[in-house]
Amino acid sequence: MRFEPRQVREVLIRDEDVTNPEYGKPPSERSVEELLEYGVINLDKPVGPSSHEVVAWLKRIFTDVRKIAHAGTLGGL
Amino acid sequence: MLNRAVKVLPVLLKEDKEYVAVMRLHGDVSEEELRKVVKMFEAPIYQRPPLRSAVKRAVRIRRIYKIDVLEISGRDVLLYVWCEAGTYIRKLCHDIGEILGVGAHMQELRRIRSGSLSEKEGLVTLHDVVDAYHFWKENGDEEAMKKVILPVEKAVEHLPKIVIRDSAVDAICHGAPLAAPGILRLDSKIRVGDYVAIFTLKGELVAIGEAQMRSEQMVVAKRGIAVKPRFVVMKPGTYPPMWKKRRRQAS
Repeated sequence: MRFEPRQVREVLIRDEDVTNPEYGKPPSERSVEELLEYGVINLDKPVGPSSHEVVAWLKRIFTDVRKIAHAGTLGGL
Repeated sequence: MLNRAVKVLPVLLKEDKEYVAVMRLHGDVSEEELRKVVKMFEAPIYQRPPLRSAVKRAVRIRRIYKIDVLEISGRDVLLYVWCEAGTYIRKLCHDIGEILGVGAHMQELRRIRSGSLSEKEGLVTLHDVVDAYHFWKENGDEEAMKKVILPVEKAVEHLPKIVIRDSAVDAICHGAPLAAPGILRLDSKIRVGDYVAIFTLKGELVAIGEAQMRSEQMVVAKRGIAVKPRFVVMKPGTYPPMWKKRRRQAS
């Protein structure tokens, strides 16, 4: 995968269309249940516990959430 | 990452990062020498993952996009680093110390940005999370939870974006490739092989895919596969299947 950070891009328009309000929902209108399905938490992890432990705690607290994953560790100090 | 948002994890792990670190020198050097040597590392560098690491220990190249000395206090140096994913800041500090001749180690590290998520926006503590959850469960108060949980779209803001018609959405949810006619809007500068984020007109993330065409091609192509989905986030059935929708006459 190639990845160039910080590209300044323009929006190119190919066509116009409307969206049907009967299905789907703008992310800003999601209910808490929906956020729990499609959400991320930007967590300031305390220094002591490992990311793995924090995920384990969150799983115990968020009993309705099936899957929780963390996006990378600092590799241990 | 929660539930279906977990799908975008492979993309997040590859993103560029920003750190602030305290490097502690093992000897004294002039400020001029320190700044000069640090700036030398603003380049692709060689690194081999340390013993305690999950990845194969082969020497690899990682890019440091920017590195700055923010503050100096005796032998402690506050560094800012913007770098490619998988860069070991500990090793970077060690190597800077080697070139300076006095040796150095990383005393402290804080990641301040990972891809689109930075500490400037939406950063919460475990306490915030636990409190928000209890307010919600016990009082039905949703406000705190809505502040603590960011929509998955936030995590992919830095990726080039493609907006598709409603009729193309459900097929993507099933892993079908996105054909050029399904595209309404797209970002410029997409190259073949780039990861792109596919969105609905309502701003919902459908999937992350790999571009099969460049932006310029996607704008004009009358047919052909523009993107192959790699990580599907949206549940199938969220949008109705419209696979046999008749093409509208070109206006």
